[in-house]
Amino acid sequence: MVIERIEAQLPGAILERHAFRGDETIIVAGTRFLEVVDLIFGEGYQLLLDVTAVDLEAPDYRFEVVYHWLNLASQARLRIKVPVAEGASQPSLVSRFKSADWAEREVFDLFGIPFEGHPNLTRLLMWEDFPGHPLRKDFPLDGGDLFCSQDIGASFAPEARSLNA
Amino acid sequence: METIAKSSDRMIVNMGPSHPVTHGTLHIVLELEGEIIVKATPNIGYLHRGVEKLGENLTYQQFIPLTDRLNYCSSLMNNVGYTVAVEKLLGIQDPPRSQVLRVLCSELARIGDHLVCIGINAVDIGAFTAFLYLFRERETIYDLFEMMAGQRLHSSFTRIGGLFRDIPPEFEPLCEQFLESCPRTVDEMESLLTHNPIWADRTKGVGSITPDNAINWGYTGPCLRAAGVPQDLRKAQPYLGYETYEFDIPVGTTGDVYDRYLVRTEEIRQSLRIVRQCLDRLKQLGPGPVIIEDYKIALPPKEKVYTRMESLIHHFKLIMHGIEMPVGEVYSATEAANGELGFYLVSHGAKSPYRIHVRPPCYPIFSSFDEQVRGRIIADAVSVLGGMNVIAGELDR
Amino acid sequence: MAAINLDDSVMTTRLDSVVNWARKNSLWPLPFGTACCAIEFMSMMASRYDFSRFGAEALRFSPRQSDMLLVLGTVTNKQAPVLRQIYAQMAEPKWVVAVGVCASSGGMYRTYATLQGIDRVVPVDVYVPGCPPRPETMIYGVMELQKQISRESLSARKEHIERFYQSMARQEELQRAKGLTSYQVVREMVLEAGAAGGQKIW
Repeated sequence: MVIERIEAQLPGAILERHAFRGDETIIVAGTRFLEVVDLIFGEGYQLLLDVTAVDLEAPDYRFEVVYHWLNLASQARLRIKVPVAEGASQPSLVSRFKSADWAEREVFDLFGIPFEGHPNLTRLLMWEDFPGHPLRKDFPLDGGDLFCSQDIGASFAPEARSLNA
Repeated sequence: METIAKSSDRMIVNMGPSHPVTHGTLHIVLELEGEIIVKATPNIGYLHRGVEKLGENLTYQQFIPLTDRLNYCSSLMNNVGYTVAVEKLLGIQDPPRSQVLRVLCSELARIGDHLVCIGINAVDIGAFTAFLYLFRERETIYDLFEMMAGQRLHSSFTRIGGLFRDIPPEFEPLCEQFLESCPRTVDEMESLLTHNPIWADRTKGVGSITPDNAINWGYTGPCLRAAGVPQDLRKAQPYLGYETYEFDIPVGTTGDVYDRYLVRTEEIRQSLRIVRQCLDRLKQLGPGPVIIEDYKIALPPKEKVYTRMESLIHHFKLIMHGIEMPVGEVYSATEAANGELGFYLVSHGAKSPYRIHVRPPCYPIFSSFDEQVRGRIIADAVSVLGGMNVIAGELDR
Repeated sequence: MAAINLDDSVMTTRLDSVVNWARKNSLWPLPFGTACCAIEFMSMMASRYDFSRFGAEALRFSPRQSDMLLVLGTVTNKQAPVLRQIYAQMAEPKWVVAVGVCASSGGMYRTYATLQGIDRVVPVDVYVPGCPPRPETMIYGVMELQKQISRESLSARKEHIERFYQSMARQEELQRAKGLTSYQVVREMVLEAGAAGGQKIW
């Protein structure tokens, strides 16, 4: 229902919409994002549950920043995805939703997506001078630690092969 | 309580990351003027273990033990939440007996979590006796979990499509015994704390929050309900058949630590009601399968694997290639002990999730810590921290 | 004057034995609780398993006042310099028990963020496996530590503690030289040791 209202009042804002297993998702361009957020805030979507991102490695845009909202009155959920290119930034929602504070810092820390207008955009889960952004697909799982990715069980005998090799 | 700071020297004190009150690894940098907190900056990430990235390299079934260790005080609820999310992605439903058992063990885990939260909150403030009484009940819950799943704390009891195994016959008598002894222990604990003037002084008026502010901060769970918003996913967006159980949701007024304590205590009693109804319902349902019988999703039983070729092939495919997942994404939330525990799964059809994100309930709650304790004294920071029930495993993942 | 029978009130022994007996029966733990093993530790302190039978009722959260560092739970790379600092501040004699597989070897978390075993950054005396270990297992681990303590000698300062303090000095030197945070310096030391095959940085 709210998606119809968005389409009516902000034509062209929604790039794509789909529903899967009962979840409503809309993809909104970064430039129209804040208008859509203001509209849904007025419609009752006042609990911003989570901000996260997915590294899609798609050709035209690399990341998708994913927002989840809950409408307490109607118990409806909404997912908004915003495609973000490598190096581009996303407007911050901290001024409207305080729950965006740490969620955006975490996305910045783990993916490297900067948020414009965030009062304190510093790393949250990793330390300040950690090299790289861990949840990007090109960051190795073991962080470059050779010991971590060896199979410990196979290293008893010097001539034993690693099972992962 | 408002006090005006007269002195102008500011002292910076580190609370953590290694500090008493066994809250795990939380680090808060307090800027103090005398005893008054001018600014409190939480510094998290000391238990960031890389679970989300690890999930991208494991199969859906292999991720279940990792979910145990998120909110480690109530491990089963995380298992249930995650498998409900994967089942939503697959579009399947687990059998009725499994649903009742999942509700049963979720509620036992919820009781366990609240017992720890109240116990630790009391220990922080100095009331050690309540902790010892409550832990006796928690040991009985551990015995029940060990009977069900084989492990006290990290049970990994659920599987995609149902449960690991059915409950043994010794479970029910012990559970009945627990249903008798737990209300008595909670009464004893209440007699120590609820009308205790010291407890009231330390917790009333401390950390209060208005409903609108709580919603804006992203609060869910007992902290939101203590603030006056009657939001509980078990009633609002029921799953696993919760709409068929009779229970009430306690709602507070001011949202302070005292209200949170009262909400949690009452939730223990309501969960005991649900456990009672689950036991009755299990008797009504009688024996039945506890895991879906679709062998493309759940492992076939060993007798079939050893005797039939088809089951052997299904077993092989499930272990080596994982479950065949549809392409899509879901967000599924359940009402964990701390609030809305959400799992966001993105699947590109491979045997591992493309992206798995956990929405921890205590993450936004802890992010509001600065606002809650500004202008208060250090002792209030301890009470507020206890009332928020911040579990580092779920906060940092 | 009657002769005094000293057999009942005097015993002869070695100084080492007496001191070790006193030390092993009054181990004051510092519960460095990070994750789930801390919850099993709480069970161990509660009435059913009652850790205070071993003289460990006094939980001292200050490193200056405790002698046994119980590392309970996963130690991440961000937590590693904190652990080293706490161990450095403890007064000798001091022992470390790595409780749980996460502390012993990194556990199931073979990732960029988890330290693959605390023995890479601090010397460890007893490893207690389990995820989480049952309270009985943890008590058994402490009893093994008690056996180790009863075999110690008082005269020599332990060589591993000496090497640890040298590695702390190296860490501070690197911090000053490179201007990095302690987290990054410890991480680089660990990566270097791992690449060389040595793994321990002390």
